[in-house]
Amino acid sequence: MSSGEGSSQPSSKKSRQPKYSRFTQQELPACKPILTPGLVVTTFILVGVIFIPIGLLSLSASERVVEIVDRYDEDCIPSDQEKTAFIQSDKTNKTCVRSLTVPKKMQHPVYIYYQLDNFYQNHRRYVKSRSDKQLRNPENEDLTSPCEPEARIDNKPIVPCGLVAWSLFNDTYGFSVRGMNLSVNKKDIAWDSDKNYKFGSKVYPKNFQQGSLIGGGKLDEKIPLSEQEDLLVWMRTAALPSFRKLYGRIEQDLEANEKITVVIQNNYNAYAFGGKKKLVLSTTTWIGGKNNFLGLGYITIGGLCLFNATTFIVMYLIKPRPCGDPSYLSWNRNPPGN
Amino acid sequence: MAVGTGRRRGKKSKVHFTKLYNFTCCRSSLKDEHSQIGQRGFSRSVHCNDPDNLEQLQLRYRDNYVSTTKYTALNFIPKSLFEQFRRVANIYFLVVACVSFSPLAPFGATSILAPLLVVIGATMAKEGVEDWRRRKQDIEANNRKVQVYGRNQTFEETRWKNLRVGDLVKVYKDEYFPADLFLVSSSYEDGICYVETSNLDGETNLKVKHALDVTASIHDESSFQNFKAVIKCEDPNDDLYAFVGTLCHGRQYPLSVQQILLRDSKLQNTDYIYGVVIFTGHDTKVMQNTTDPPSKRSKIERKMDKIIYILFSTLIMMSSVGSVFFGIETKNDIHDGKLTRWYLGPGNATVFYDPRRASLAAFFHFLTDLMLYQYLIPISLYVSIEVVKVLQTIFINQDQDMYFEETDKPARARTSNLNEELGQVDTILSDKTGTLTCNSMEFVKCSIAGIAYGRGLTEVERALAKKKGGGPPEVGDTSLDAEGSNAELVDTGRSIKGFNFQDERIMNGQWVKQTHSNVIQKFFRVLALCHTAIPDVNQETGEISYEAESPDEAAFVIAARELGFEFYERTQTSISLHELDRESGKSVDRSYKLLHVLEFSSARKRMSVIVRNPENQLLLLCKGADSVMYERLSKEAQSFKDATLTHVKMYAEAGLRTLIIAYRELSEEEFMSWEEEFLKAQTSVTADRDALVDAVADKIERDLILLGATAVEDKLQKGVPECIEKLANAGIRIWVLTGDKMETAINIGYACSLLRQGMKQIVITLDSPAVNDMENKGDKEAIAKASISSITKQIKEGLSELSSAKESSVSFALIIDGKSLAFALDKNLENSFLELAMKCASVICCRSTPKQKALVTRLVKKGKNRTTLAIGDGANDVGMLQEADIGVGISGVEGMQAVMSSDVAIAQFRFLERLLLVHGHWCYRRISMMICYFFYKNITFGFTLFWFEAYASFSGKPAYNDWYMSLYNVFFTSLPVIALGVFDQDVSARFCLKYPLLYQEGVQNILFSWQHILGWMFNGFMCSMIIFFLATNCIKEQSFRKDGKVVDYEILGVLMYTCVVWTVNCQMALSINYFTWMQHFFIWGSIALWYLFLVIYGTISPILSTTAYRVLVETCAQSPFYWMASLLIVVSALLPYFSYKAFQIRFHPMYHEIIQRRRLEGLET
Repeated sequence: MSSGEGSSQPSSKKSRQPKYSRFTQQELPACKPILTPGLVVTTFILVGVIFIPIGLLSLSASERVVEIVDRYDEDCIPSDQEKTAFIQSDKTNKTCVRSLTVPKKMQHPVYIYYQLDNFYQNHRRYVKSRSDKQLRNPENEDLTSPCEPEARIDNKPIVPCGLVAWSLFNDTYGFSVRGMNLSVNKKDIAWDSDKNYKFGSKVYPKNFQQGSLIGGGKLDEKIPLSEQEDLLVWMRTAALPSFRKLYGRIEQDLEANEKITVVIQNNYNAYAFGGKKKLVLSTTTWIGGKNNFLGLGYITIGGLCLFNATTFIVMYLIKPRPCGDPSYLSWNRNPPGN
Repeated sequence: MAVGTGRRRGKKSKVHFTKLYNFTCCRSSLKDEHSQIGQRGFSRSVHCNDPDNLEQLQLRYRDNYVSTTKYTALNFIPKSLFEQFRRVANIYFLVVACVSFSPLAPFGATSILAPLLVVIGATMAKEGVEDWRRRKQDIEANNRKVQVYGRNQTFEETRWKNLRVGDLVKVYKDEYFPADLFLVSSSYEDGICYVETSNLDGETNLKVKHALDVTASIHDESSFQNFKAVIKCEDPNDDLYAFVGTLCHGRQYPLSVQQILLRDSKLQNTDYIYGVVIFTGHDTKVMQNTTDPPSKRSKIERKMDKIIYILFSTLIMMSSVGSVFFGIETKNDIHDGKLTRWYLGPGNATVFYDPRRASLAAFFHFLTDLMLYQYLIPISLYVSIEVVKVLQTIFINQDQDMYFEETDKPARARTSNLNEELGQVDTILSDKTGTLTCNSMEFVKCSIAGIAYGRGLTEVERALAKKKGGGPPEVGDTSLDAEGSNAELVDTGRSIKGFNFQDERIMNGQWVKQTHSNVIQKFFRVLALCHTAIPDVNQETGEISYEAESPDEAAFVIAARELGFEFYERTQTSISLHELDRESGKSVDRSYKLLHVLEFSSARKRMSVIVRNPENQLLLLCKGADSVMYERLSKEAQSFKDATLTHVKMYAEAGLRTLIIAYRELSEEEFMSWEEEFLKAQTSVTADRDALVDAVADKIERDLILLGATAVEDKLQKGVPECIEKLANAGIRIWVLTGDKMETAINIGYACSLLRQGMKQIVITLDSPAVNDMENKGDKEAIAKASISSITKQIKEGLSELSSAKESSVSFALIIDGKSLAFALDKNLENSFLELAMKCASVICCRSTPKQKALVTRLVKKGKNRTTLAIGDGANDVGMLQEADIGVGISGVEGMQAVMSSDVAIAQFRFLERLLLVHGHWCYRRISMMICYFFYKNITFGFTLFWFEAYASFSGKPAYNDWYMSLYNVFFTSLPVIALGVFDQDVSARFCLKYPLLYQEGVQNILFSWQHILGWMFNGFMCSMIIFFLATNCIKEQSFRKDGKVVDYEILGVLMYTCVVWTVNCQMALSINYFTWMQHFFIWGSIALWYLFLVIYGTISPILSTTAYRVLVETCAQSPFYWMASLLIVVSALLPYFSYKAFQIRFHPMYHEIIQRRRLEGLET
């Protein structure tokens, strides 16, 4: 700027004044909630009031589930023999008969599960050892590279290749009540997406379990993969080292105190790694199988919220310093400069 | 400084050529005074109008092509990549991406590469766009047209970039000069032209340049044929205000900056000029002056690096733990020669899983884990912060409340690095003139022949009067006398800018009746003649306005005009006045022949002109600061010397800038002999020419006869006292570093409420009789010794005074003068000085030099590790601005130099209040919250992976699908955090200003203290635990649907990931209290996006989507269990924070929370 009257700038010059908009001036309409005691107490109580009923509801649903769990791995093996050698031998008789009592009436369908503990289906080497492309399309039979070490045998591709398929669970169960065989429905135990998309209906097992080292179950080479539902179930790997997998359904009610006789072919080697094998019969409700954790969790959190609300109210009554006290508006505690 | 050395080397090689040249052509005329020519630094030679000259070509001077871009098309990719990978985190991600192609990778290479590419790509795109803009400007500049004198003896049009050194160009009115030119002649007969240099230094006033007489006559195109000359001059340098050179045209003529037209300045009021190109392209002074904005990093970012290192150590620790466990478990796969976990095929495993080489496998696994846990390091943090900061600067630039209408200048953040630092300023170091004041001077008082004239009251006087009267120290209320004086002004009917002088004794021609009217006449003649201003006569009204280099000068010329000495014309050799004749009382025209101008410099502190008046008397007219003028007055006793001195002191106390006016008659002989010496000095082309000229000038500026003194007021800028008070209330210490006298400084201090009533002053000065005595004796060592002991003693006294007053709430102010400061900044004393100064609320350093300003800044910055902000407007503040953590330039009157070296430029001091208290506070809060949240969300996510590993025998299988993970940072959590960084407000701008103490949250760094950061990290850690353990316990082995299907790997992953996305986004919603539609959109949108992504990703071929195939549609969505578990886990994960926050807000609220509360309760409207 210069002195003198001549300094007035030509008005034609474009002004650099920022244009006004609520956005650029940071004045957009905004909702500014803050945690007032009222809001806090309301929230706590609301969560408590909603959560506890939900908890009770799911707890009761879980309690309605009738579940029979039978661990058979230890009892189904002669105690005088070396376990691994026994289970790996072709010669031994592995049939094992168990008797289960139905504690309460089980309405159909009754789901049959096998449960494995300490089995790491989520191990990286294990999970990666499969070929999705091969499973889907018969033309991709040769794509076995991720499947090492169960990829090829005598340079012929194994279908389905990989450790997952190779270690297929192969215990079988036969059920009878009062001397009558209970039929086990093994249809639709796998996910539809597996049946229809991930496993091909034209892919047939080939060269499976032909190696020197036999892993688990064998497959009927005449049935396409998409219909081998046991395989499909097995190949959906579990998330945690102890898991259940669906074996089949009993499509009839089981009355309370009925005795079920189970004939088990105890083929699967869980002994080498110290795993457990269990047979599980369970009904379901809308929430699924039996697990009280969810219900208890809801009740606990709900209770905690109510407790917090109470504490808050009590503390507020004991120490009711108004938050907006202007005398608090200073930094006297920390004067600048020190 | 690679550039610097390179340039120097370049000079050496040039020396070589020019030496050869000197001996062939100009040898005959080489004399002593030109000894520097051809030496280092003065080796350039230009063949005017002869660019094709062989010798000229040999010199290979640069062409006029200018490029200001950081990259070229060729080096963009490598150079910007290099810039990117200078960050440790990015290197890590690059290494991870490379290793991910090996079998070590826990997941697919593309899913690792994609986020890295997105992040790097975004940053590079930003760099590219910025550079492209610069390039477009370059292209525009390089292709401008200019008229060049061609071989066929006519002017032809050519592009700027084709100009060569030695070309003769013709520049028309309102055009920019294409290069640094030597002015040959102009459309005016006498070869002057007017130049506007606002592009260079921001000064909009016109400057006169004049051609040498010898070339000024060369006008018509044909005569240029014969115009061949050689200019020998300095090498390219960055000094805009100096030029050393000679013109070889027959004989040698000295060249000064008066003949140089600089590139990027503009020709005005002149139809055309002819000039010869001297410096081209990057050799031009303006290009030499462009420096990159200083690269400063904020404290928060430096701390952030430390946190990244902490996270890296955590990462390495987790990987080590993981690989040790993995090693043990792998080893156990073969136990006593038998396979245990036979289903893993340990018998014929690759090296990565081989139980027989377990330790090697563990080592490789360590690398795998380094990749797996990479989500601890927020890959997108840097780029998000950069984006956020750019947007924040846009808000600063766009703020209407920081736009100054008078000069049409909005605020401008020149770097986005320091936004959050603006919220942590502990000490402001401010310049005074032009920063606190307007730097538009008003002539208010003068003392002539020992009589004080001028009745107006200055702002300082008003403030002082108020202080004495014990009135309320409130500022900003218009006191009675202020209104009175305004009313007076209105009464007189005219208010003239730069003139606020009221005295009926000498106004309206009444001065002739005063007893000392002859002195008064001489006094105003000096004012009207001794300056470098240019008159600008309005053709229609006949009114005259002035273009002056400094506002002081303009004020003097205007004062002289108002009192009857109207300066109306300046040529190169004369100055003409309309003068009120003392005898007749009529206006007469008098013309003075201007012989020499001895220019003003900050070292000389005075300027003189030598004129020959119409009576043929030789006169030296001089004005200057009292410190230099008094020793130059003639020894003969002058009756009013003491009276004037008293007045000067009085004026200083009233906060006015004073100058002593004196003159002297010269005899012809004396003048002749002096002039010879002076010309010799002036034509010398040496580095110390200025010193020589000064020495010669010094010889004649002696034995002056005192006329009187002037006092001009530099008005405080609008709103300064209020702003300073607000900043002081915010707990910011304010130091004023000024060149003023102590009395002026103290009084200005009162006027701008830096010193308040009830404040205790501690004054440290060397102006004691004992020291003065010694100074007269001149024993330097003794003086230094005495000074040091005196200052030590004064500092000690100050400290004891402070400690004794600890209990009372008296605040202190420290005032120290420049001489004492020089000693106080000494190594031994600086700590105790700093201790004293830090305990004072205000500090004023008077009489301080630019270097001292920078030193003080460094002392505060280093000594206490506090954030300093320096604010200034002039070239003398540049050092201070660059030294401080933040430099704020006032884009005001004194030019652009301060702005060019600043980090933020504002137009008025009062905008500092909004800049710091509102933008600074917000930016600080936003950035620190953003960084904390970033770490939180990545720890939450990263640790769930780790917990899962514990259940997967640490094999390195991630809990989630590859693409969930790689999109975590990019899609599902990035936008809300950017919205937080850009838009969040704890309290509105109005409340920020109303409660300045809120600012202390930044100064004390509460939101980014280790406590706070670790708190957030702990919260993340806890959330990850809650999510993982609740999720795994909820789903266990049992069926999760009515149809008896059980949970598998895919479903656990989806459930956990859902919980993570919900938790971190809801956590964001919980921790902000400012929701515009954008916050809502981003937060809830991110969660919705996750489900949308699951659906879309789940429909593509299972070969690509693998474990995500139809996972939501087919499996999860139909299960009530999935939704219920999500709800439980998310609420549980948020509950700890919510409870903590609820209790903390209630019983130990932070400052902003109190204000929010008060707003809500309606206590504040």
